[in-house]
Amino acid sequence: MLAKRLIPCLDVRDGQVVKGVRFRDHVVMGEILDLALRYRAEGADELVFYDITASPQERSVDRQWVEKVARSIDIPFCVAGGIRSVEQARAVLHAGADKISVNTPALQRPELIDELAREFGSQCVVIGIDSLAAEDGWRVHQFTGDPERSRESGRDTLQWVGEVQQRGAGEIVLNCMNSDGVRQGYDTEQLGAVRERCQVPLVASGGAGAAAHFLSVFRDCDVDAALAASVFHSGSVPIPRLKAELAAAGIPIRPHEPQQTSAIQTH
Amino acid sequence: MPNLVLVDSGGSNLGSVQAALERLGVDAPVTGDAERIRAASHVLLPGVGAAAVAMARLREQGLVEVIRELRQPVLGVCVGMQILFEHSEESDTPCLGVIPGSVRRLQASPGVRVPHMGWNQLQQRIEHPLAQGLHDAHAYFVHSFAAAVTESTLLSADHGQSFAALVVRGNYHGAQFHPERSANAGARLLENFLGLGG
Repeated sequence: MLAKRLIPCLDVRDGQVVKGVRFRDHVVMGEILDLALRYRAEGADELVFYDITASPQERSVDRQWVEKVARSIDIPFCVAGGIRSVEQARAVLHAGADKISVNTPALQRPELIDELAREFGSQCVVIGIDSLAAEDGWRVHQFTGDPERSRESGRDTLQWVGEVQQRGAGEIVLNCMNSDGVRQGYDTEQLGAVRERCQVPLVASGGAGAAAHFLSVFRDCDVDAALAASVFHSGSVPIPRLKAELAAAGIPIRPHEPQQTSAIQTH
Repeated sequence: MPNLVLVDSGGSNLGSVQAALERLGVDAPVTGDAERIRAASHVLLPGVGAAAVAMARLREQGLVEVIRELRQPVLGVCVGMQILFEHSEESDTPCLGVIPGSVRRLQASPGVRVPHMGWNQLQQRIEHPLAQGLHDAHAYFVHSFAAAVTESTLLSADHGQSFAALVVRGNYHGAQFHPERSANAGARLLENFLGLGG
């Protein structure tokens, strides 16, 4: 049976992992590789690296750290931020990323999704959606990486969820902006509504504050994965314990196992 | 020390597979050279993307017959496994045909999403040195196409249906999951493969 995934999200700026308070005042958390290895050892099922400076500065992701991560960890990882073309996606995938995630550039030019899926296969193409409650349903927001430019895109979230799948998205990350950073739990109402429209894997993002929130999003919304940043970074929800609790509650989980280091014997 | 080569099948996971072998202390050069492939003790055929693209890449390099005639242990990974079969439904692609059977699209149904993406548990069907220590382990999968369970299937996994996760036919082996991204289980598979005799 397919296990539910736990995905720490690491914000990367100038080659380091940072933590921002409301997108500002970034504090350096550590070196990319150190944190990647730490999460791998703790039993993370996948990692997402979000290059928070690439997109607003209109530059592409720095290949060097992607290559280092690809060579050092043995779990999958996705790179987000600053991917606006097939060529930029190719550079990141060839540097060793398993998937790429696209958000605002897909809103500006939806054909990009078709191009990426055709070139690399849907399984590499993740679409990130930043969504906020409106009077009637939810609306997609764009340029959310930059508080000065962040604004509504005019698209209805459920409609956009349908369109990105038709265009070839292989996975959707739904970041619920109402609950993001508040640590009061995932937006299960919105995630449930999106789940009904989403036939590809769905990743919940925004709001995790306690182990119970993960249990509820898996049980009530049937999401495939849950993404979180601060609760994992701060250690307030340690991944090994979270995995044990979810498994005890009947959620299919890849059990945490100690890392093995071994080398082939020379004969 | 095994003399392993990675066949240049154009997949974007080449570097990651190479790194996974390096972590085990094994140097794994990438090559499209027929002589070097024939001379290797172990041949690994990685693959990400589409079966048709991987086959075209082998054809361009004149490697289709070379791979079909190898006698040493060969391991195909993901799309590299799928092209070991006779045919893939993906773009109706004729494949290498060294393992009987064909590769079909996974069927989505309520609660069963395609692509099949994530960690899934392996179940042993047949005991074999390649599958040693992998029963019940979780491995990382990312794919929309899969081969059915047949008498070549050593390990299977379930995603709406049972499908082949690890297969063997003679000296040809295939893993649908990604050993380079499957943590301990992935390292174990590569070690098992390198332990196979020539």
